[in-house]
Amino acid sequence: MDFRTVGLTENEYKTILRELGRTPNETELRLFGVMWSEHCSYKSTRPLLRLFPIEGRAVVQGPGENAGVVDLGEGFGLAFKVESHNHPSAVEPYQGAATGVGGIIRDILAMGARPVASMDGLFFGDPELRKTKALRQGIVAGIGGYGNAVGVPTVGGKTVYDEAYTENPLVNAFCAGVVRLEDMVRSDTAQSGRLVVLLGAKTGRDGIAGAAFASVELAEDTSASRPQVQIGDPFAEKLLIECCLELLEKRLIDSMQDMGAAGIISSSSEIAAKSGVGMTLDLDRVPLREKGMTPWEIALSESQERMLLIVNPDRMEQVLQVAAKWALDCTVFGETTGDGRYVMKAGGAMVVDLPPAFIGGNAPIIHWPSREPRDLEERQRLEVEELSPPKDLGAVLRSLLEDPNLGSKAWISEQYDSMVQTNTVIGPGGPVSVLRVLRGDKSPVFVAFSMEADPWKCRTDPRGGGAETVARTLRSLSVCGAEPLGWTNCLNFPSPQDPEVFWEMRECVQGMADAARGLSCPVVSGNVSLYNETPQKKILPTPLVVTAGLLSDLDGFLPWSRWREGDHLFLAGMPNTALGASRYLLRTFGLLQGKILPFDAGAEQDFTARARRTAKERAARSARSLAGGGLAVALAKEAMESGIGARLDVQIPTRPDVFLFGEGGPRALYAVPPASLPLFRSIWRGSPLTELGVATGNILDVKRGFSLSLAELRDSWRR
Amino acid sequence: MNVSVVVFPGSNCDQDAVRALASFSGRPVAQVWHGDPALPAATDLVILPGGFSYGDYLRTGAMAARSPIMEAVRRHAYEGGLVLGICNGFQILTEARLLPGTLLPNKTLTFVCKPCTLRVERTDTPFTGAFRPNQVVQFPIAHHEGLFYLPEKELDELEQRGQVVFRYASPEGSVAPEASPNGSLRNIAGIVNERGNVLGLMPHPERASDPVLGERDGLLVWQSVAGWIEGGH
Amino acid sequence: MRHRAEIVVTLKSGVLDIQGKAVFQSLQQLGYGELEDVRVGKVVHLLLDAPTPEKARELARGMCEDLLVNGLIEEYRISLEAAER
Repeated sequence: MDFRTVGLTENEYKTILRELGRTPNETELRLFGVMWSEHCSYKSTRPLLRLFPIEGRAVVQGPGENAGVVDLGEGFGLAFKVESHNHPSAVEPYQGAATGVGGIIRDILAMGARPVASMDGLFFGDPELRKTKALRQGIVAGIGGYGNAVGVPTVGGKTVYDEAYTENPLVNAFCAGVVRLEDMVRSDTAQSGRLVVLLGAKTGRDGIAGAAFASVELAEDTSASRPQVQIGDPFAEKLLIECCLELLEKRLIDSMQDMGAAGIISSSSEIAAKSGVGMTLDLDRVPLREKGMTPWEIALSESQERMLLIVNPDRMEQVLQVAAKWALDCTVFGETTGDGRYVMKAGGAMVVDLPPAFIGGNAPIIHWPSREPRDLEERQRLEVEELSPPKDLGAVLRSLLEDPNLGSKAWISEQYDSMVQTNTVIGPGGPVSVLRVLRGDKSPVFVAFSMEADPWKCRTDPRGGGAETVARTLRSLSVCGAEPLGWTNCLNFPSPQDPEVFWEMRECVQGMADAARGLSCPVVSGNVSLYNETPQKKILPTPLVVTAGLLSDLDGFLPWSRWREGDHLFLAGMPNTALGASRYLLRTFGLLQGKILPFDAGAEQDFTARARRTAKERAARSARSLAGGGLAVALAKEAMESGIGARLDVQIPTRPDVFLFGEGGPRALYAVPPASLPLFRSIWRGSPLTELGVATGNILDVKRGFSLSLAELRDSWRR
Repeated sequence: MNVSVVVFPGSNCDQDAVRALASFSGRPVAQVWHGDPALPAATDLVILPGGFSYGDYLRTGAMAARSPIMEAVRRHAYEGGLVLGICNGFQILTEARLLPGTLLPNKTLTFVCKPCTLRVERTDTPFTGAFRPNQVVQFPIAHHEGLFYLPEKELDELEQRGQVVFRYASPEGSVAPEASPNGSLRNIAGIVNERGNVLGLMPHPERASDPVLGERDGLLVWQSVAGWIEGGH
Repeated sequence: MRHRAEIVVTLKSGVLDIQGKAVFQSLQQLGYGELEDVRVGKVVHLLLDAPTPEKARELARGMCEDLLVNGLIEEYRISLEAAER
């Protein structure tokens, strides 16, 4: 069998020959083909990921395990991660999205954590196309169908529309879980002489070589790829969650891995490699759903709702009892050994015999050539003076509120159960979502999540866009009063073999890393999805970021959309910003161009510190950090949701459209009751602060800008 | 009051009900496994919680309604004990024929999760004694099959016997069809059996029982039950 | 003797079939003007061991009454064939 058939390069094959000192057999070769695919090996991006800061006060577990973990105090931790399920969702939207949700939930479970919240980053194509509507309906139904049944609330998300995603929709699934730190599961704790156990669903041909599938460009006719699609069973997953948590609570298992990409081989070889033990697996003992499966099909199957357990033989009887209670198959199919060899047997013969650390860890890094895009200067060129300012800024604002990127997403989030587990303090629809975390008999804490992506800014200014994406999550958390703990990310890009794409990716990562360092917030987990392109179209550079922040109590939580009559409105942060890659520029002029404000670590630190102080000292009533659509859209959302208008009279320092619709940099809109004005002003003294006007009436009236009633705003927003 | 919450495979609001009731009553709440043959002695109220018992496969509630514990629940109801089915629990009660009718998919054909306003139609049941007549309260809903269905004639009989206890209503209390989030016939959100001791309710009172989460009208249900039990019923 | 039973479960006429209604509208939008009605149901396949076809049908009917069908809103029909070894 030729190594190219399984997707290996000549260099990779030579590495295998050198290390083994022999020719791999067919089964081994197929395992390498999948384990050394981009999806499993990160061979194109490992050097880039090293740019991220990964250390911080709150970090308990950084990148490298199934999910990162940060400290919540009193012996409890928060495990979280975001992961892509882009290609499967493009091929079969319902099952692709559903199994994406199921997969990330098992990643969290594999840390020993109870999954407590999900969020989803969705990127769709042209919203007017029937194709987009069908994909969207399937993906949203799949997320709900799985998440609702499994009983993990979907507490927020991000939805982006751009024609760049028409052929390549993106589904990035996030999950967070709560773990008692003393019960946290690690993959480096297996000893020799333990049993290797399969728990959960039977193994079929689902998703055979799905991981490799995620590493190639989508064929034009996706129907040809269908047999690889996995089918999700949220009922089985719910039983698996409860069973695994009961096994952990009773301390019956030594280690655990979820079975995602590359199934048995990936999960078991990872434990063997990290724990430094050997492993012998008998594939004949794996319970199968289909007849006639070959050894490599069994080893690589991506059948869902399965976990791999490492069990002390003395406890196996009790493990079987717990599994029986939850009506789950539970089968011993191997053992850990002291000989350091990873061996698979089938039909009485040895079909695999490899050094465990070599299977997952040794795919040679590929250094793709990198080149600044030839049209970068063109992308960044923007002469604001050449744009004639629109006469009717009210119409511009209404059009922005009608932009599906900025409009209400309630029709999506209402299809998800956002409240199950009764800990959702703030559900979907706001700048952050807030969850209560119970810590046994100790006082609860609250965790805020912010999910962001701005692919347009990453297109015209990859480094600035990457930084802006991370910074936005930190600003939103700080404005509501949360102390950032750490973040996770999903890097969605086209093929890295295009030097310009690789350059964009490196720049984005560098920008994200700059912002993370500048604001001292570490990365704890992440995922990379490459080859998101068809022969006709590449997606925009799309890093998605989710940051978690801690609120020790709700007294220090500053909400949004709480204006009251007579509140004074302020813009905190620089009044001057940029139109580069703004929603305004795209929507009004059809331009995706322009540089964005460069990341300024000093200004961001100053802003976020003052913002957190404002919340903590309760110096404001309502606050919203500015994002898409700039100040005007923030004003509109605050007014609509508060049910009160405002009169604004500002000496606008630049062109009104730049002031109202510009984006980027640390800025927030505050509403301050008269009694709090002295405190608020003292907190922001020495920092740019613009008094805008007063909340009043039912018209949002901006002198020299626009005047729209709340009814008009709502009409556009809900369209 | 002594509360038992039944846990079916696929239940996912069981712990929410346990927490809400334990916090309200200050007493431990028993969790009863679906395969158990009996309820704990001295159980006053049995709750069949929300969720997706048996994955909602075949028909919502169908398989749970046939699990061993349901015989004990039936006996408890027969002896006059209180039974509350919330969401999937309501679906299970109809499949078990402890309540009439059935729950069909929402008219939107989608899952719907949002706060909902309800009007209480009767305050003389064990579950509604603490409500004011015609009080409008807010409980969230979260379901895919919540459209209450009975043939027209039987629906009329249900109404005549006063078995409708909650209806979806506007915040002002109007029960026009637009106020129903799921197309339920006559805006029905909750019904009791003829005797009044078994309530099925699509909205979730246990999700409206904690001020930290914003809503607390659900407490009225627990207060009603506690009052009923203290009253010596 | 093994028998294969196919059970088709449909909503009774008169019961609101909202899935059928939605499919009807979608098909109409796709231009199928000839379409007059759509009903959506489900199919259950059983593989049974029973001495005679009559016994197999009786078993299948029992399963429908006990679990597979909600008689308030649904009706069913059973078709039976001998299953090869």
